[in-house]
Amino acid sequence: MIYREAGQFKSNYAADMAVFPLRQDRIGIFVIILLAYSMAYFGSTFMLQAVLIPFLIFALAAIGLNMLVGYTGLLSLGTGAFMGVGAYACYKLMTIFPGVNVIVWIFVSGFFAAGIGVIFGLPSLRIKGFYLAVATLAAQFFLQWTFNRVPWLYNYNVSGAIEAPRRTLFDVHIVGAAATPQARYIVVLTIVILLTWIASNIVHGRIGRQWMAIRDMDIAAELMGIRPFKAKLMAFAVSSYYCGVAGAMMVFLWYGGAEYNVFNIEQSFLILFMVIIGGLGSLIGSFFGAALIFMLPIAMGAFLPAIFAPLGIRVGAETIEHLRFMILGAMIIFFLIVEPHGLARLWQIVKQKLRVWPFPY
Amino acid sequence: MNLLHQIFVEPFLFMGEAPDLLLQVLWEGFVSGILYALIALGFVLIFKASGVFNFAQGIMVVFAALTLVGFYAMGVPAILSLALAIGVMFLLAVTVERVVLRPLVNQPDIILFMATFGITYFLIGFGELIFGGEPKQMITSQLMLPEGRTNLEIAGGFVTIQHIDIAAAAIAVVMIATLGIFFSKTRIGRALRAVADSHKAALSVGISLNQIWVTVWFAAGIVALVTGIMWGARSDVSFALQIIAFKALPVLILGGFTSIPGAIVGGLIIGFGEKIAEFYWGPLVGGGIESWFAYIIALIFLVFRPQGLFGEKIIERI
Amino acid sequence: MSLRLYGIGALAASVFAASAAVTAAQAQDGIYVPLLSYRTGAFAGSGIPIADGMHDYLTMLNERDGGIGGVPLIIEECETGYDTTRGVECYESVRGNNPVVMNPYSTGITLQLIPRAAVDEIPVLSMAYGLSAAADGTTFPWVFNPPVTYWDGASVFIKHVANVEGGFENLAGKTIGLLHLDAPYGREPIPVLNALAEEHGFEVKLYPVPAQDMQNQSSVWLNIRRDRPDWIYLQGWGAMNPTAVREAVRTNFPVDRLVGVWWAGGDEDARAGGAQAAGYKSLNFHGVGADYPFMDDIITYVHERGLSRFPRDRVGDNLYNRGIYNSMLIAEAIRTAQEVTGNAMVDGADVRLGLEAMNITEERIVEMGMEGFMAPLAISCENHSGHNEVYVAQWDGDAWTQGTDWMSPLTEFVRPLIEEAAQSYAAADAGWPERTEACP
Repeated sequence: MIYREAGQFKSNYAADMAVFPLRQDRIGIFVIILLAYSMAYFGSTFMLQAVLIPFLIFALAAIGLNMLVGYTGLLSLGTGAFMGVGAYACYKLMTIFPGVNVIVWIFVSGFFAAGIGVIFGLPSLRIKGFYLAVATLAAQFFLQWTFNRVPWLYNYNVSGAIEAPRRTLFDVHIVGAAATPQARYIVVLTIVILLTWIASNIVHGRIGRQWMAIRDMDIAAELMGIRPFKAKLMAFAVSSYYCGVAGAMMVFLWYGGAEYNVFNIEQSFLILFMVIIGGLGSLIGSFFGAALIFMLPIAMGAFLPAIFAPLGIRVGAETIEHLRFMILGAMIIFFLIVEPHGLARLWQIVKQKLRVWPFPY
Repeated sequence: MNLLHQIFVEPFLFMGEAPDLLLQVLWEGFVSGILYALIALGFVLIFKASGVFNFAQGIMVVFAALTLVGFYAMGVPAILSLALAIGVMFLLAVTVERVVLRPLVNQPDIILFMATFGITYFLIGFGELIFGGEPKQMITSQLMLPEGRTNLEIAGGFVTIQHIDIAAAAIAVVMIATLGIFFSKTRIGRALRAVADSHKAALSVGISLNQIWVTVWFAAGIVALVTGIMWGARSDVSFALQIIAFKALPVLILGGFTSIPGAIVGGLIIGFGEKIAEFYWGPLVGGGIESWFAYIIALIFLVFRPQGLFGEKIIERI
Repeated sequence: MSLRLYGIGALAASVFAASAAVTAAQAQDGIYVPLLSYRTGAFAGSGIPIADGMHDYLTMLNERDGGIGGVPLIIEECETGYDTTRGVECYESVRGNNPVVMNPYSTGITLQLIPRAAVDEIPVLSMAYGLSAAADGTTFPWVFNPPVTYWDGASVFIKHVANVEGGFENLAGKTIGLLHLDAPYGREPIPVLNALAEEHGFEVKLYPVPAQDMQNQSSVWLNIRRDRPDWIYLQGWGAMNPTAVREAVRTNFPVDRLVGVWWAGGDEDARAGGAQAAGYKSLNFHGVGADYPFMDDIITYVHERGLSRFPRDRVGDNLYNRGIYNSMLIAEAIRTAQEVTGNAMVDGADVRLGLEAMNITEERIVEMGMEGFMAPLAISCENHSGHNEVYVAQWDGDAWTQGTDWMSPLTEFVRPLIEEAAQSYAAADAGWPERTEACP
């Protein structure tokens, strides 16, 4: 009864192929976006700065990686490094051309990440599976080394860190110490919505279908006339573009500065978790995965002391840290066992139930 | 021209000028190679038998060593601690099989790979919770491992050889030989090779997959313990050591995911290669190339031989 | 199926409930002092004694005096794991509770907090770490790095080398190596070493150690063997230090020519080298051992009441003392702030005034029971570090001893460099806020 589909007729093919064929879904998305924007006014500073902004940025990176791992079936462990390429490219562009608006450079920096991604994607034409995963680790370690040992990249800063200079959009500070979390949140949210919309169109279109054909059986796809060379490198390019933009946003709209260690292998794994827990080959799953993996430790940090305090057990910050690790590990295994297809599959099941409710089928 | 001279002439001249340093570099490469090979060996054992890319091998090394040192710190005699640490690794193998592998049977490889991440995180938290986060010294002398070092006078210089490194090499050789005999001569070993060939065929002739998995995880745990003792003796036992797992991955590419001799040869190639490259060519680009050099070797190698040095040829059926 | 749904539903609900709980900041009575500490991760070996030292001194003030000026201190630790991201997350989570001073305990985190300090009006106390240029109070009104900066430290090291070698004129032609962690922290002394090298004609060789190779330094030490530097300055942290000392012993490097910055002066760092590490040196700015009157109070009020997590027999560890020194600075800043403003409850802006007016005289040191533990210290509005005296401690194989007399840094050489660096820092960030009120 929640979904009343009666009376919604599709009178042409385009309507039938729409991303959101149901009116209720369209309304739902609209309401969610509205709510997301209203959080800029209702959310506390902590909520925006430490929860929502990073969540959106990680979700974008997860979408990027999902296009590679989930849609094309190419396992990559170099996400962190590609994010770093975006961040450093953005930093260089911002400082060389301070007159151009920072938003432009955030989008442009993605192209640098895409270029590097294509280069490191070349081995994917020969190898696949875990061999490819290890090959992408080469990108991770090599690029991280570059961020550290090529001083030109951080403008010969003595500390080796890049710092966000003050930049404005419509005379409102959005980058640098003077930018409020509210302003940054709105910018991040807008970019993420825009890129998610584009991603949705890519994966539902010709390119996305090519990727999925490659993923399901690359030899068969080749026989059907899909060029693996083009499709795979395209996947690396688009995926790295998204990761690069996410990396640039991470440094300039979230941290406000970074050193080479930020783009380490842990970052790559974190985003891979989000993709797998969220659901391979699902855009909404990327959001779910980012929410769970990023917010779970924060929530536990707040929750665990509250659980232990009434029992009279004094837990130190480090015990909580250990428990966080243990629970995160156990949770990953738990989720893989109960739902290997990720949270996106659960969402599908729930949605299916809602569509037929109150009838069982 | 000057650059070419720096790349192709000077390092070799320097090798000739300071033979003691060259020997030291080679020895360091050899020792690192052995240790990389040991970690890779743990990976290979598990991958061969269950097709799981066990990311947790690095943390198992730390966890095993930490358990050993931790028991000793609680006042248990060294030999008994060793036995207890082996017991803990066995428990770990049983638990992993029961809690992680069995429910995830028949899932895609990537899901199992992710599950080993879960194991990694769990073991990091668990290990630190029980034994504390501060680095601990390995109980080298209590385990009757040699300490100290010998300085060999060579060509006006000296080469330092730590006795523990000689022991590490010897133990590695013994362990590989034992594993080799175990796999080729014993019943379980042959069953294990059958499982590696085909799960279904092995099941149909009455081999228990669960038993095999416990066996290989236990074997990998023992390998991890030995690796942990050796690394721990070179520096302290702490969670920073888990990073060495990443050093073993290029070794796997080079040697193939399923080949034990491949792990040894790959380990040695990477060990020698990265130390020589770092020492003689690293300064040209600012040093620190050790962190990625092994990967680049492996990557170039992959393009020509995607299945590794000793890996089986990948045959794809449509 | 149902179990699955229930489990996941409950989890999702708890995530949302918890994130709501996080946002509700709790209001308490007292002066809120958050401590960013790290007891986990690769740097826990150095982080644990410091965290305990900081915690125990402040707890002692609470137990013995009921806080400072009658107002209890609310001490809260936040675990950073020496990770910049986690540190910033900690900062965000404690910021709502009106902290009076931030102790980032990581140069990386400090660098992130420096631009925010002025905006959020919370002073950053980076005791002998962080950005050396922050000693310039006119450019960085909210950042403090007493008692000395890394640049001062490097200059003291060179001074010590000159003393041993028989004068600055003998430095010409020498090679001095900097073995450092490849992070902002490790790179701090490079500019001042280079400037001193130009002045005195010695050569500086850099040996960076990436964080992931902290315990695998064999290549770096091969390079050291090749270059044969006369002295090595060790700017390391965590597991890097014991490994470096051990490798120095192994490569027959004379350990009395290996001088660590104060952060490389942990007891465990030196002990790792075994008997042959006797002679290893490190800079220090507070007393060694536990033989001071105030330590008895810490034992009585904290350890005997079971409020400390630090092993009783390790009290007096160098890094434990370091944590105490840091807490002493916090406490004195709050006390001075109360005196300056006349309020018992102080906030971040007040504590900043307290830090700028801080003057710890000999009498005050005796009053605190710290005679012999610390040198007098004064911070001013322009000078946020003080460039105070340090000495070279030496490891005797079992404990740290005072190796040399207290000596002052080459302030007249370092101070202009600091002011220049502060200018260029502010210039690189157009719109850097000016100091709101002029120095008196």
